[in-house]
Amino acid sequence: MKLFRQSLILTLLLIVLCSVLYPLAILGIARLAPGAGEGQTLSRHGRVVGYARLGQRFQRPEYFHSRPSAVDYNAAGSAGSNKAPSNPEYQALVRARLDTFLRQNPGVQAAEVPAELLTASGSGLDPDLSPRGVLVQVARIARLRGVEAEKLRALVQQQTESPLLGLLGPARVNVLRLNLALDELAPLRR
Amino acid sequence: MTSQYLGVAVLFAFAVLTAVPLGRYIARVFQGQRTWTDFLAPLENLLYRLSGIDPAKQMSWKQHLLALLSINLVWFVYAFALLFTQGALPLNPDGNPSQSADLAWNTAVSFLVNCNIQHYSGETGATYLTQLVVLMFLQFVTAATGIAALAVVFEALRQRTTEQLGNFWFFFVRSITRLLLPLCLLVATILVFSGTPNTLQGKAQCISVEGDTVNVSRGPVAAFVAIKELGTNGGGFMGANGAHPLENPTYFTNLVETWAHLIIPFAVVFALGFYLQRRRLGWMIFGTMTVGFLMLLGPTLYYETHGSPALSSLGVDQSLGALEGKEIRFGAVASAFWGISSTIISVGSVNSMHDSWMPVSGAMAQLGMMINAFYGGCGVGVLNFLVYLIIAVFIAGLMVGRTPEFLGKKVEAAEVKIAILIALLHPFLILAGTALATYGYNHDPAGLSGWLANPGAHGFSEMLYEYTSAAANNGSGFEGLGDNTPWWNVSIGVVLLLARYLPIIGPVAIAGLLARKKLVPESAGTLRTDTGTFAVMILAVIWIIAALAFFPALTLGPLAEHFAL
Repeated sequence: MKLFRQSLILTLLLIVLCSVLYPLAILGIARLAPGAGEGQTLSRHGRVVGYARLGQRFQRPEYFHSRPSAVDYNAAGSAGSNKAPSNPEYQALVRARLDTFLRQNPGVQAAEVPAELLTASGSGLDPDLSPRGVLVQVARIARLRGVEAEKLRALVQQQTESPLLGLLGPARVNVLRLNLALDELAPLRR
Repeated sequence: MTSQYLGVAVLFAFAVLTAVPLGRYIARVFQGQRTWTDFLAPLENLLYRLSGIDPAKQMSWKQHLLALLSINLVWFVYAFALLFTQGALPLNPDGNPSQSADLAWNTAVSFLVNCNIQHYSGETGATYLTQLVVLMFLQFVTAATGIAALAVVFEALRQRTTEQLGNFWFFFVRSITRLLLPLCLLVATILVFSGTPNTLQGKAQCISVEGDTVNVSRGPVAAFVAIKELGTNGGGFMGANGAHPLENPTYFTNLVETWAHLIIPFAVVFALGFYLQRRRLGWMIFGTMTVGFLMLLGPTLYYETHGSPALSSLGVDQSLGALEGKEIRFGAVASAFWGISSTIISVGSVNSMHDSWMPVSGAMAQLGMMINAFYGGCGVGVLNFLVYLIIAVFIAGLMVGRTPEFLGKKVEAAEVKIAILIALLHPFLILAGTALATYGYNHDPAGLSGWLANPGAHGFSEMLYEYTSAAANNGSGFEGLGDNTPWWNVSIGVVLLLARYLPIIGPVAIAGLLARKKLVPESAGTLRTDTGTFAVMILAVIWIIAALAFFPALTLGPLAEHFAL
């Protein structure tokens, strides 16, 4: 019984230490961080249009599209597709995505389409594309927005985040930031 | 790709460089020597005094296990009660419901045993209260339990004859105050400054650029993620775990989080060397583990970076590798590295979805958990390795015709029997569980169609992976498995309990039995255990026991899928 009494009291004390004091300390530290620990938002005309780190759905042809998402960019229920490469349904789905992409982007060959535009991310909330995943969409956007492709390529260049310290990891482009900058550069024609 | 490879190479080197001094520190902490964290002594003394504990009282190995099991029982009752009633308790801004009895059983057991298999999704299946005071609490104390058990073994392997193996509470409390909490403060601080939220506010709402209404789950994520990785727990705050952009927002945080799950398992191997004053033995064990790790990592890197064969007929650009279930900010290399390190280390957190990995990579992840001794979870990894080591000592002794000895103690029938039983328990739990589930599924494939997300060999792999993950106390999954059903909740819970406590009891008992034996002075006739030859011997034993036991099952699952692709 002595063991259980010791266990019980120690448990209560450690709950205070690990589950109350420790998270409170981090809550305090988070107040000093960008976004005050509540998630960094991006705004336009004073209205919050999204979270910097979270991908969102872009389907309209005038925007750079994000990756496919198994949860349709539901930021309250993240998940991947969990489809196996051998699954015939999955293979058909990827083929259909490719067909759709080629239809929306006339003139683009299958070999130019990066696989990320046809595959769902792990979280369903991937905010990024690789530079190639963006550049392959430039011709479509240029045509629909009536802006020179060269200008768009410069924009993509400017929005590309290079690897960490220029050395480690992949280069990437945040699709939400890119599309916000795109609206600045070449506003949607009404 | 070069920058991606460079990223993980730098990470691994950094982890080894930091693990050596941390190992020295851990050895000093458990021996009660002076360290720079001695300013925490008053806090620890307060904990001991209020709990009525005398941290100087010496315990035998049986008393250690009794203390360990008692406090674990208290945690189980506490965790189950809160998860089962969380819907009615405070700190639930999103109004999430209570867990069903079988789900609460599964969740309580799974976090109690440091596994963190999750049959619920963080955003909807837990409340801020249970995330903090149940799940995160267990992430601290169960990691400390494993480390404390290892400290008992360190104490027992010191070369002397004794029954007095230190005090369990002393090892346990110090694991938290001197190791886990300081490291968590560091990692959580880095995370909040890198964009991981940490708040008690509920969901946020906004209207997206295209006009969709978006609800964004948040919470005390950074605090949670820090101990999730450092304690080799792996249970995510969010459903998508380390793939979620709020849990793991950048390539940099990905490096930090990978480091966080490598560091303690690395460091305790070196701690063994410092504690026993046999640094060569520490390096031998670390080297053996690293060779095993690289053997699993190699094929995984190859298949994940070469793209999916299923997509090659479409002729699309797969230069960045197979990307289903992966995040662009990490890329294929860092995803493969995390996945293999997290499965061999029994973290079980994921930053890509293993269910969508190429079949051979999935087999490597499963093999890592089937072996379960390359680095391994906080404390328990070295305990598992010790089991293989004892068997290797025994076999090597027989081969060269010498009495098997380890660290100056004769290894005799009782120790070898325990080691073999523990080594065989693991395949038994995995294969028996998978066999039962497969049998059930085949009797009612229509009624149980919700179980499997993928047909054929891969469906079998999903079931095999789940039991493997449970028996290895890993916690990752082929998440296509529809696992929140009474069968999975209950059966996985049973496997988890057996696979946690027996592999702790076994090695502690072996060490306790060795400790009381007479010391045999080392001589020219002693079989040396800190050499390259012996490392090869251990790898051979691991290969024979683990790999051969599981090869038939892996053939039916991932290998069949690989050759059919």
